[in-house]
Amino acid sequence: MNEEYNMPIPGEEFKEEVLNAYAPKLAKKRGRQIVVNKVEEGDAVPEILANTRTAPGIITMRGCAYAGCKGVVLGPTRDILQITHGPIGCAFYSWLTRRNKTRPTSPDEPNYMTYTMSTDLQEDEIVFGGEKKLMAAIDEAVALFHPKAIGIFATCPVGLIGDDVHAVARQAEEKYPGINVFGFSCEGYKGVSQSAGHHVANNKVFTDVVGLNDTAKPGKFRVNILGEYNIGGDAFEIERLMAACGFTLHSTFSGNSTYDEFTSAHTADLNTVMCHRSINYLAEMMESKYGIPWFKVNFVGAEATAKSLRKMAQFFGDPELIAQTEKVIEQEMVEVSKVRDDVKSRCDGKTALNFVGGSRAHHYQEILKEIGVTTVVAGYEFAHRDDYEGRKVIPTISVDADSRNIEELKVEPDTTRYSPRITAEDKAKREAEGFAFSDYRGMMADMPDKTLVIDDCNHFELEVLIDMYKPDLVCAGIKEKYIVQKRGIPMKQLHSYDYMGPFAGFKGAINFYHEIDRLLNSNAFKFVKAPWDSAPELTATYGVNA
Amino acid sequence: MLLRHTPKEITPRNALTINPAKTCQPIGAMYAALGIHNCLPHSHGSQGCCAYHRSCLTRHYNDPIMSATSSFTEGASVFGGQANLLDAFTNIFSLYNPDIVAVNTTCLSEVIGDDMVQIIKKAYDEKKIPAGKVVIHASTPSFKGSHVTGYANMTAAMVSYFAKSTGKKNGKVTLIPSFIEPSDMSEIKHLAEELGVKYIMYPDTSDVVNGPMDGKFHMYPKGGCHKEDIEASGDSIASFAIGKLGAYSAAKLLDTQCKVPFKVVDLPIGISATDDFVDALRKVAGTAVPESLRKERGQLVDALCDMNQYTYGKKVSLVGDPDVLLGMVRFCRDAGMKVLHVVTGTPPTGMKFEQHIKEICGEDVIVHSGLQVDMFLFHQLVQQNKPDLIMGNSYCKYICRDMDIPLLRIGFPIYDRIGQSYVPIMGYRGGMHLLLKVLDIFMDRQDRDAAEENVELIM
Repeated sequence: MNEEYNMPIPGEEFKEEVLNAYAPKLAKKRGRQIVVNKVEEGDAVPEILANTRTAPGIITMRGCAYAGCKGVVLGPTRDILQITHGPIGCAFYSWLTRRNKTRPTSPDEPNYMTYTMSTDLQEDEIVFGGEKKLMAAIDEAVALFHPKAIGIFATCPVGLIGDDVHAVARQAEEKYPGINVFGFSCEGYKGVSQSAGHHVANNKVFTDVVGLNDTAKPGKFRVNILGEYNIGGDAFEIERLMAACGFTLHSTFSGNSTYDEFTSAHTADLNTVMCHRSINYLAEMMESKYGIPWFKVNFVGAEATAKSLRKMAQFFGDPELIAQTEKVIEQEMVEVSKVRDDVKSRCDGKTALNFVGGSRAHHYQEILKEIGVTTVVAGYEFAHRDDYEGRKVIPTISVDADSRNIEELKVEPDTTRYSPRITAEDKAKREAEGFAFSDYRGMMADMPDKTLVIDDCNHFELEVLIDMYKPDLVCAGIKEKYIVQKRGIPMKQLHSYDYMGPFAGFKGAINFYHEIDRLLNSNAFKFVKAPWDSAPELTATYGVNA
Repeated sequence: MLLRHTPKEITPRNALTINPAKTCQPIGAMYAALGIHNCLPHSHGSQGCCAYHRSCLTRHYNDPIMSATSSFTEGASVFGGQANLLDAFTNIFSLYNPDIVAVNTTCLSEVIGDDMVQIIKKAYDEKKIPAGKVVIHASTPSFKGSHVTGYANMTAAMVSYFAKSTGKKNGKVTLIPSFIEPSDMSEIKHLAEELGVKYIMYPDTSDVVNGPMDGKFHMYPKGGCHKEDIEASGDSIASFAIGKLGAYSAAKLLDTQCKVPFKVVDLPIGISATDDFVDALRKVAGTAVPESLRKERGQLVDALCDMNQYTYGKKVSLVGDPDVLLGMVRFCRDAGMKVLHVVTGTPPTGMKFEQHIKEICGEDVIVHSGLQVDMFLFHQLVQQNKPDLIMGNSYCKYICRDMDIPLLRIGFPIYDRIGQSYVPIMGYRGGMHLLLKVLDIFMDRQDRDAAEENVELIM
């Protein structure tokens, strides 16, 4: 049972109002995607429909599989040369727009982050096939950049004209034996959102990259972070904290990462998962094949960061590591508490709507709560039921035509490299003590009862929500940003952070508290209403009256 | 170095585009459609196209950019997008209530071969489009042209769907601007108004993508050309294609369809190009140039002459879109700057682009356009002959930082500064803004770089 939040207007009323505006078929579907939260024994929550098609004509927050694959998962890696196979637009729009920061260790190290590459397919190639041009593009790229690895990303028309990016990748590997070339079938029409692209990306990285190099990074307590994309420097802050505590960060998928780190990621002792939606596949597959256990972490919010670091230290069980981790938390929390208390005094009691991604709509509720801001309505753009209801519902998720099109890899333990990092008995014992592995309890279990949960919230619903609930703050993406702000309500982009950050870790939490303080309390938004709009008409003070 | 892998030596490329100097057609169509009043653009393709185009335009304008999408999945991609588009019309008209829906195609729907005319007809037949509402469309596959031709195609679609000739002229001049900023569209209207010319202008995105914050969200802001005006453009006495690549097709079609003669002019950037436009417009409309415009012009000439020593002989390299580049090089030459490089990824089909640039800048200028002409090549050219100033979009900042060259942000997209949507660069007043920006850049550099004994108080 969670605490109840006293919604000014019951969620059911909102639901009724929006469903009435829809055509019957759409109303039926949306009715299953809008849920009033209620948490019962064992984190049981109402079922929500998710990862389903957006109705045509609906102004949606969602993007496509290409964006999920190239933009989200692979984009942050600095030294895999990425070629988009298709017309020019896709490569153009995914060029530096997600602000994945990267920091090469030396000026000589390759860094392709500032480059976007495309075959810029033209009509002739659409008619006669574009494979030759793709191969020629690879030749030109190799001559100019001499990369270790090349990723090829398929766009919508490529799938339809039958270009085989995987065949071209194999051909290129034969021609350039030292270069790992791999293709992604991430045509934009695959699946129903970016989510399909995440899965496509995970599969290929798993089969073609991870496991190629058995040399482990030196150091103790070797951890991978999965699903951290270093937007605004989040990964830099997490790297700092991990080093301070005494962990060895082996590789991050994929913020501030390199190809070489991916190839030997299977030698790490532990996988931690930050963004569950975009990368849980890789965590699962690495456990099955290499025996690396995983659990969910969250570095958004000071409490969540402390909890995640503690759990990692506890996993290794080393007294020195645990002590050092505690010391770091204690030191960091001094400044955090000071700023948090100060900011909370001005933000307490405010409300927010939160529509982002497949994790952030959950993660950012915790940090907002730290300064007294309650998320009264939240939803994901491209998540699945397990991100809402917890992984316990995975066996009950029905597979529809759109998800069937995304390959589920069958993974067997590696004949030589499979080595469970902890024994089955140890794992069972720890689980009995409440230490959760392969876990994600989902967003709804952490939300107050009576709050609203909305999957794939669209423009129309957002407008009604704002009218009905009059939130103090809305969190979503760039497409929503100015729709909200024109109404005089501050809006925080939680995909790009409005070009600020980091917001992860302890320093990030401080940044975020200050930023929300600015949004809710600075003068700027107070000017939206002009003084004469609220004052009655006057006769002229210096009027010339007879 | 941010672009450490770009070598100075140029090797020919025939397949790989690196850091493009153009983007795809549908985004131009979406932008043009926003220039019709009460119109909702609609992207017939995957969700990603619409999401990317809205994001890109939103980042450029810092304003809401509304558009719907057909949300193709694999099924639609195999069986055709008709069912999706019909559903889309139902949802759009019931939820968003636009007067007009402007559909642009994408590479996906073009490859499938969706017949837009047939689908739209079916939608009318099946009453998916309510009475009094209109759907128009433009074919804008991403594997042809660029964002500028996409804009041109949607603008031509406005003519094709709406413009009618009643046989009776209305005495108005139709102004068709290329893909330019709303501030510049306002400035062009200002020139016409000062001249006393009755005009119709479309697309007109002023007061659409640069609206004020008034505490309300307006799905259809007050700007945009009204459908009735586009219809009436068929009766106008003449039309102006302002910027050839973006506006010629519409002007030509208006001539063919409604017998409205047209004239192609360069975008009025700087004194000489604005003079040409004003002169042509006054002659067509039979009006005199008023004192107000003489004053605006005179002030710009005054500033240009007073400060000429700070711009004269300065070397400049430009990358962007053909129409804006042509206007910009005219401004540069007005100010006595030497243009080193002009680069566009847009194939300037039928424009005699290179020839035109050389007529303005002289034979020494290096001009590149079309396929595999990109910002990677531009960077290589700039490394071979370093200019004092680069003019181009936000992506130039990486080149400029690596090479310590100042950047004047001009063109599309501009993600990292604001102002372009509010402050014009066209007309005499826009020319003044532009000149002031250029002067600030050169003079700040002089102040920064001068030896201590050479720092001047009075400049």
